[in-house]
Parts: sequence; C-alpha cells; structure tokens
Amino acid sequence: MTTKNAKDAVTPRFEYDALLLGWLVPGAGHLLCRKPVRAALLFVSITSLFVLGLLMQGKLYSSAADLLDILGLAGDLGNGVLFFISKLAGLGTLPVQVTTADYGTRFVVVAGLLNFMAAVDAHNLRIGRKAA
Amino acid sequence: MLSHFSAVILFSLFVSVVFGITQRSQPRQMLIYGARCFGLFALSAIVLSWLMMLLHR
Repeated sequence: MTTKNAKDAVTPRFEYDALLLGWLVPGAGHLLCRKPVRAALLFVSITSLFVLGLLMQGKLYSSAADLLDILGLAGDLGNGVLFFISKLAGLGTLPVQVTTADYGTRFVVVAGLLNFMAAVDAHNLRIGRKAA
Repeated sequence: MLSHFSAVILFSLFVSVVFGITQRSQPRQMLIYGARCFGLFALSAIVLSWLMMLLHR
C-alpha cells in the first residue's frame, strides 16, 4: 500500500508544497503530483460535502470556547480556502436551529478532515512514500 | 431538500471516493476499496435504521 519507491520520488525544493497546496485547495496537492483524475475526484467530493453542509444550514465553527468547539474548528479548518471564503462571506449559521443543520455541521467537519487525509496522501506521493 | 436517506447515500459516496484514493495506491484497488466502503456505509445505515425502528416500538 505505502511502499517506498525512491525511483518514482520527485525531489522538490520544498517538500511540503503538496501538503500545503492540498490543504488550501482540495485536490490541488494531487494535481501537483500529476494525478489529475484523483485531484478532480477529491475536489468534487470534498467541495460537494462542504457545499451540501452549508446548504443544510450547517454551522461554521469560529470560537474555541470549549473542547468540542476546538475540535469542530480544527475539522472546519481542514477545508482550507473554502472555510476562509465562507467565513468572510458570512455563510454558515451559528446556532443550530433546524434538524438538518446538525447534519450540515457534520458534513462540513468531515469534509475538512477528509481534506487533511487527501493533503497527507498528496505529501506521501510527492516524497515517494506512497507508490505513484 | 435532501431526505435523511439521500443525505446518507451522498455522504457515503463522497467519503468512499476519498477513502479509496487515499488508502490504496493502485486504481483498481482504489475502486474496489471505495465500492466496499460505500456498500458497508449504505448497508450499515439501512440495518441501523431498521434496528432503531424496532427498538423504538
């Protein structure tokens, strides 16, 4: 699954570029590793989860008042640019007012966590830890 | 508006795609793993829903 393949490994100047780019824009890390199909699938899946979450009036965490809020914020931050743009645009409801908002909040948090996984996967591809 | 079931199915689909891509290295393995994850997500949702309904009675 994650075999070391030194021959396929690209030696970038800054080895965390795929990780950072993948975190900021879902799928961008894979695009940097020349995996356009994977990048497109990741972008569509993660962005769709995020948008569906907002459409269900999901909450975007902004404060770190208690432990659950901190964990929620950490998950939301995984969405990278999507989170910051939505926050600036004032999207996402603060209090959970309707039943679907609870599902929406989970959709947004899970999208962020999945994006973290995708960014780490792109990093592993980039440094050759995962077979291309 | 999405129903509960359609929300679960969409959630399962998108999560399975990401799981398949990140947890396997070959495209064929990714497809099989993603399909298995999707099937298990959907099946567990259906089984748990029936279980909750029976327990609620």
